[in-house]
Amino acid sequence: MATLELRNVHKTYGAGLPDTLKDIQLAIKDGEFLILVGPSGCGKSTLMNCIAGLESISGGAILIDDEDVSGMSPKDRDIAMVFQSYALYPTMNVRDNIAFGLKIRKMSQAAIDEEVARVAKLLQIEHLLGRKPGQLSGGQQQRVAMGRALARRPKIYLFDEPLSNLDAKLRVEMRTEIKLMHQRLKTTTVYVTHDQIEAMTLGDKVAVMKDGIIQQFGTPQQIYNDPANLFVASFIGSPPMNFIPVRLMKQDGRVLALLDSGQARCELPLGVAADELEGREIILGVRPEQISLGAAEGNGMPAIRAEVQVTEPTGPDLLVFVTLNQAKVCCRLAPDVACRVGDSLNLQLDPARVLLFDARSGERLDLAASGTAIKDNVTRFKGR
Amino acid sequence: MTSPVDKPALNLSRIAIHAVLLLAVLLYLVPLVVMLLTSFKTPEDIGSGNLLSWPAAFTGIGWAKAWSTVNGYFLNSILITVPAVLISTAIGALNGYVLSMWRFRGSQLFFGLLLFGCFLPFQTVLLPASFTLGKLGLASTTSGLVLVHVVYGLAFTTLFFRNYYVSIPEALVKAARLDGAGFFTIFGRIILPMSTPIIMVCLIWQFTQIWNDFLFGVVFSSGDSQPITVALNNLVNTSTGAKEYNVDMAAAMIAGLPTLLVYVVAGKYFVRGLTAGAVKG
Repeated sequence: MATLELRNVHKTYGAGLPDTLKDIQLAIKDGEFLILVGPSGCGKSTLMNCIAGLESISGGAILIDDEDVSGMSPKDRDIAMVFQSYALYPTMNVRDNIAFGLKIRKMSQAAIDEEVARVAKLLQIEHLLGRKPGQLSGGQQQRVAMGRALARRPKIYLFDEPLSNLDAKLRVEMRTEIKLMHQRLKTTTVYVTHDQIEAMTLGDKVAVMKDGIIQQFGTPQQIYNDPANLFVASFIGSPPMNFIPVRLMKQDGRVLALLDSGQARCELPLGVAADELEGREIILGVRPEQISLGAAEGNGMPAIRAEVQVTEPTGPDLLVFVTLNQAKVCCRLAPDVACRVGDSLNLQLDPARVLLFDARSGERLDLAASGTAIKDNVTRFKGR
Repeated sequence: MTSPVDKPALNLSRIAIHAVLLLAVLLYLVPLVVMLLTSFKTPEDIGSGNLLSWPAAFTGIGWAKAWSTVNGYFLNSILITVPAVLISTAIGALNGYVLSMWRFRGSQLFFGLLLFGCFLPFQTVLLPASFTLGKLGLASTTSGLVLVHVVYGLAFTTLFFRNYYVSIPEALVKAARLDGAGFFTIFGRIILPMSTPIIMVCLIWQFTQIWNDFLFGVVFSSGDSQPITVALNNLVNTSTGAKEYNVDMAAAMIAGLPTLLVYVVAGKYFVRGLTAGAVKG
């Protein structure tokens, strides 16, 4: 049970080399589940190794329970880690694997036996205690690796992509189990993954990383609904957010985004100040589920007709791909929508929920700052 | 119905292949057969018959005389080989562990330079080694010879262990460090128990090298401290009296037996260990 705080953590592998971690700043409360997520090479595993003490940091401080541990060796930090490869000791049986850390810490044999029994019961691996890791399946090895981490009751658990070596079905099962385990034990946890679904489902807090920089740190809902930039928006969400390059038009003091499906055009009112966007290339971001099928006679919300190019029924949803402004756009519709390739659909985008990004910098352009007028509009639309 | 795999066709090319192989086997076995036959003959028998003729009567006098001549040197060889093999293997394991799991700045360069040791001909180290042994006061002693063999063998043993250990995932060491284990605990409790195949390779390699060594033996030892290879040479090269080929052959067999024994006992690990690192990549 502990809090974890990273203050300006900085890591480089030598002068002249690019920084692996830049100015990492975050804090989580006791019992929180932190996800570090990002594409490979973004520094998330390095950051985890730094927290564990397996790698030293070049600057800043790592605090556990407000105590600076950056100079401490891994064994003094009271941290346990589950590795992607599980890293079970191949010559020891499961019992000895779990007990190894306890023996090193000179616990009494009785206490060790008790602890191994507790962990084995918790993870339902009692029948495997006598086996060697080589005789276990991937899922069982995974459990043993977790058991080894649980055994010491450390202050913080670290998980380094623990599910990536499992097959898809088992991965979903274990994900739920990890979440269940965390709800029961309430131990502060840091979890590294490149899987955005794991990030969304498991985390209390998510840090999205790229190029050694935290792009955004917040709750999964904040990251999903309110992404800080184009990268975060594109990384989180499956199917991913659609990005449509748009041209802006000013009309009666309002700013309109022009959409063109090849069949029809539509002007989407946006809540932004016009001068702010003068001469900038803008990308409009909209999640697939934020595009809906408009009623035939229209409900006041702007709609556009577009030709269906591909359909992908996934079971719970029907993914329909159309083209808007030469960009492929995915729409997530109800599975019972009858549509075939070549059909024309009347699609609606909720102007209140679309996001705007600067195409050059990838920065998010804030919609909320201006447009009170558009907010009124939207309320009116919803009211109908 | 019989599949073609069950009954290979007995065609001409197959017969030819086996004939050639058989011939090669015979050719390779001839020296051993000659040695064995000769060692059991009497000197008169050797003088009268040809090399491959069956002994008129099997006699152990050659073996008995050979053993009484070389047994002291046989013991010397054991006293030299066993410690030298064990020490060089132990240090090699530790070196390999450090060079693969605890890399330091310049460790790759260090390893590269160490590899040069594998290509150094014996002859080049003779003078510096004898100078060093003289300074240490170990000239012409068994310990001195052990030291030379250990140092010379380190390049090989380090190479073996390092290449074996790089295929072991680093996460194992990380996990053990988080479990609170230190440098030697990780080595002794986790890494060494996984090392059986490569230890066997190393033991066989070093045993063969050191037991069969002649040059270091003849240069760095004298008189009663000489290893069996040197004693064998002295025995065979004596210019006084009649040549006792049966004794020579028996002594040569005695000198060769221990390496043969090591191969038989540990041989199955040899190929396994040599290929273990290569396959895992």
